[in-house]
Amino acid sequence: MKAIVTVMPKPGVLDPQGKAIGRALAHLGFTDVGEVRAGKVIEVELASSDPDAARRTAEAMAEKLLANTVIERFSVEIA
Amino acid sequence: MRAGITVFPGINRERDMAIALERVAGAPPRMLWHRETDLSGLDLIVIPGGFSFGDYLRAGAMAAHSPIMGAIRAHAERGGYVLGACNGFQILTEAGLLPGALLRNASLRFLAMDCHLRVERADTAFTGHYQRGAVFRAPLAHGEGNYFADDATLDRLEGEGLVAFRYATADGRIAPEANRNGSARAIAGIFSPNLRVLGLMPHAEDLVDPVVGGTDGLPLFQGLAAALAA
Repeated sequence: MKAIVTVMPKPGVLDPQGKAIGRALAHLGFTDVGEVRAGKVIEVELASSDPDAARRTAEAMAEKLLANTVIERFSVEIA
Repeated sequence: MRAGITVFPGINRERDMAIALERVAGAPPRMLWHRETDLSGLDLIVIPGGFSFGDYLRAGAMAAHSPIMGAIRAHAERGGYVLGACNGFQILTEAGLLPGALLRNASLRFLAMDCHLRVERADTAFTGHYQRGAVFRAPLAHGEGNYFADDATLDRLEGEGLVAFRYATADGRIAPEANRNGSARAIAGIFSPNLRVLGLMPHAEDLVDPVVGGTDGLPLFQGLAAALAA
């Protein structure tokens, strides 16, 4: 199975990258752009065939390495 | 003082750091490859600057899980001294040895320039050769130096006197124009509660010789050598 881990800056944590993307979108004429936040998506192939076990493994990976929970939050999708 | 410098793939300030340490200790520090786990006989472990593991995932995230970091954690728990500069500071926060995190600079730009640091306390092994409130010049070179922690953590750091250095103007004022990376409360360096682990973003090690333009950073190393004299 595949775990798709989405890591985003926590609310309240300054995201200058998202701000820069937002400004660039405005420059391109997208006038209805509000706040933009930029994160990352990490796909991990797992040998497990049990979705619950795969989710627990991916969450442990995110807690330990994939996300820095001081500044980021994450969500896990199993596909 | 018996010092060791950790060497991770991708770091590039280990030799600058070695020059600074040898200058005050009289003997070259031991270079410690990141797979080593034997730190016996060392008083001070220095994690230098650079781009460990290419800054993949987050600056310092990969190095924080290197084999040597377990040994450094144990060294710190025994009351050993640890200095992390620039990428070393990022690694210490990623490893949980210091609180908070270093975010992308608020300007989004990589900064390479001199800054001024104000010494927030002088009664530590790292700062004993400065006066409290003294201002010294230090080069900085980083893309992710924007210190962040939640308000409760920042209040605790300030309340417990664990802020080591702040970005300041040359005359010691805390001002937005002096805090180029946007750090919370202008924090440039912090101590662990026992004052034996220091993380700081700028490179004091790069101003220890008049030949390269100054010796503003030398007192940090002289203070360490004096405090850790065997």
